Amino acid sequence: MLLTQGDLSAIWLTLRLATVTTVVLLVIGTPMAWWLAHTRCRLKGLVGAVVALPLVLPPTVLGFYLLVMMGPNGPLGSLTQSLGLGVLPFTFWGLVLASVIYSMPFVVQPVQNAFEAIGDRPLEVAATLRASPLDTFFSVAVPLARPGFLTAAILGFAHTVGEFGVVLMIGGNIPGKTQVISLRIYDHVEAMEYAQAHWLAGGMVVFSFLVLFALYTFNPDRKRGGA
Amino acid sequence: MNSSPASDRIVARFRHGYTGFSLEVNLDLPARGVTALFGDSGSGKTTLLRCVAGLERAPDAFLSIKGEVWQDEARGIFLPTHKRPLGYVFQEASLFPHLTIRRNLEYGQKRVAAAQRRVSLDQAVALLGIGPLLARMPAHLSGGERQRVAIARALVTSPRLLLMDEPLAALDPRRKGEILPYLERLHDELEIPVLYVSHSPDEVARLADHLVLMENGQVRASGALTETLARLDLPIRLDEDAGVVLEGSVSEIDVDWHLARVAFAGGKLWVRDSGVPLNHRVRIRILARDVSLALEPHTGTSILNMLPAVVTQLGDDLHPALALVRLDAGGAPLLARLTRRSAAALDLHPGQAVWAQIKAVALIG
Repeated sequence: MLLTQGDLSAIWLTLRLATVTTVVLLVIGTPMAWWLAHTRCRLKGLVGAVVALPLVLPPTVLGFYLLVMMGPNGPLGSLTQSLGLGVLPFTFWGLVLASVIYSMPFVVQPVQNAFEAIGDRPLEVAATLRASPLDTFFSVAVPLARPGFLTAAILGFAHTVGEFGVVLMIGGNIPGKTQVISLRIYDHVEAMEYAQAHWLAGGMVVFSFLVLFALYTFNPDRKRGGA
Repeated sequence: MNSSPASDRIVARFRHGYTGFSLEVNLDLPARGVTALFGDSGSGKTTLLRCVAGLERAPDAFLSIKGEVWQDEARGIFLPTHKRPLGYVFQEASLFPHLTIRRNLEYGQKRVAAAQRRVSLDQAVALLGIGPLLARMPAHLSGGERQRVAIARALVTSPRLLLMDEPLAALDPRRKGEILPYLERLHDELEIPVLYVSHSPDEVARLADHLVLMENGQVRASGALTETLARLDLPIRLDEDAGVVLEGSVSEIDVDWHLARVAFAGGKLWVRDSGVPLNHRVRIRILARDVSLALEPHTGTSILNMLPAVVTQLGDDLHPALALVRLDAGGAPLLARLTRRSAAALDLHPGQAVWAQIKAVALIG
């Protein structure tokens, strides 16, 4: 007895959600991480705390407030409606937005740490070799922070794959639309379909293990000597 | 001092307050040869260099290099570091660890317009002897090799000014000895003015043409090396190493006794023959403690080098028992360290003719 059509669509949706979320997070998280690593602004502590909030908040709390904000009467809902996009809850893009916020610390923090570990010196050296700040960012900072990016991408992806509470609050549990693997497992268990639940749950265990195994084995973070 | 046109001067005025330290300099330096910024740690040498590079922005500043204004806060001009045609060698080599040596060298070079490239990669590689290293990664180089690569990397951007922040300080004495000859070649073969931060009297004596003495963020003295080293009024001298550096050329080689004779403005001196060919320009260093004075030319002494000189000034020394005497030997300054008692016994006074007996002369490059 293998995976059903519903299981497969849940897997496909989960992978799509995790991929889009990771890409979005790398794009918006990198400048945030750079800012956090280099700013002397007093807002640094505030922004850092907000980014880290999903680490400690129960996903239902986060999901609840996101639902309120994205709803027809919430500030975000009003905005999306005025732009003609409708409301986000119970849609794929609503899930993406929620996942981006939920997984943000897992992407921003490793990248921020990597940027901080580089220090000012390589950036100053690049400036004395005629590289503009933007040029320096792409030719020196990003390559040197590569282990941080790798960690960030893997953690961001894996964390999004594993989310449950936020997705349930924002997306409901609509098969084929917002039903991700973790919700699908929940449904199987509710329906006493333990064999089905095993296939998916076991798959998640194997997937998570492989991801972390790869992270700890291949990340060049601890291998490269400084110069 | 300001007689030459601005086109071959470096004019630097910086006022920059930090907590517990302020930099306040006003310098007019020759834009050729090596200018050493010399002083204790905390004297502001590195801060000054960073201001020149634009890595720090002093709120009250003017900087022009050979007539090109890089910073003039009064007119709101501040060229960011990457727009200044300079080379900077940091204390630690700071090579990019993710690039091979070749790509480290090319990093700056390819960011300089081809028309402005005057130092080729091959030239810099040959000058610093790093040919065999090009395919390697920085992590696999010794400290001395890395620093040579860092110097070459700065050179291939064809800088109009080369800034060096104690490039040898992080190296052990052997590595230092390995790099100094390359720095001397740089000095002799390329026409790039260098600002060289150092707290090593040895490096200054070997490399510098012009000396700036820094103390507590201020300039205590600035002048030609020979002149400045021979001044008696400077609060930080080279302490035990007080002495002069003179330039001359090899005029004679005595093969039997392994000696070479160096002719300079004040006469001729015998030094140990270190293989420098005839007529080659050399620097010699004579420490004040190796010079004694006599009123008559002595015979029956082991001292080889005796020069007629005239006392020009007497000054205080490290200890109240000692005096530092400045002499003029045919236009070249010399320093002699004597006890005050000897100075009194000889009745030394400015204008008096004496014989300087020089016990040791070091040939430095």
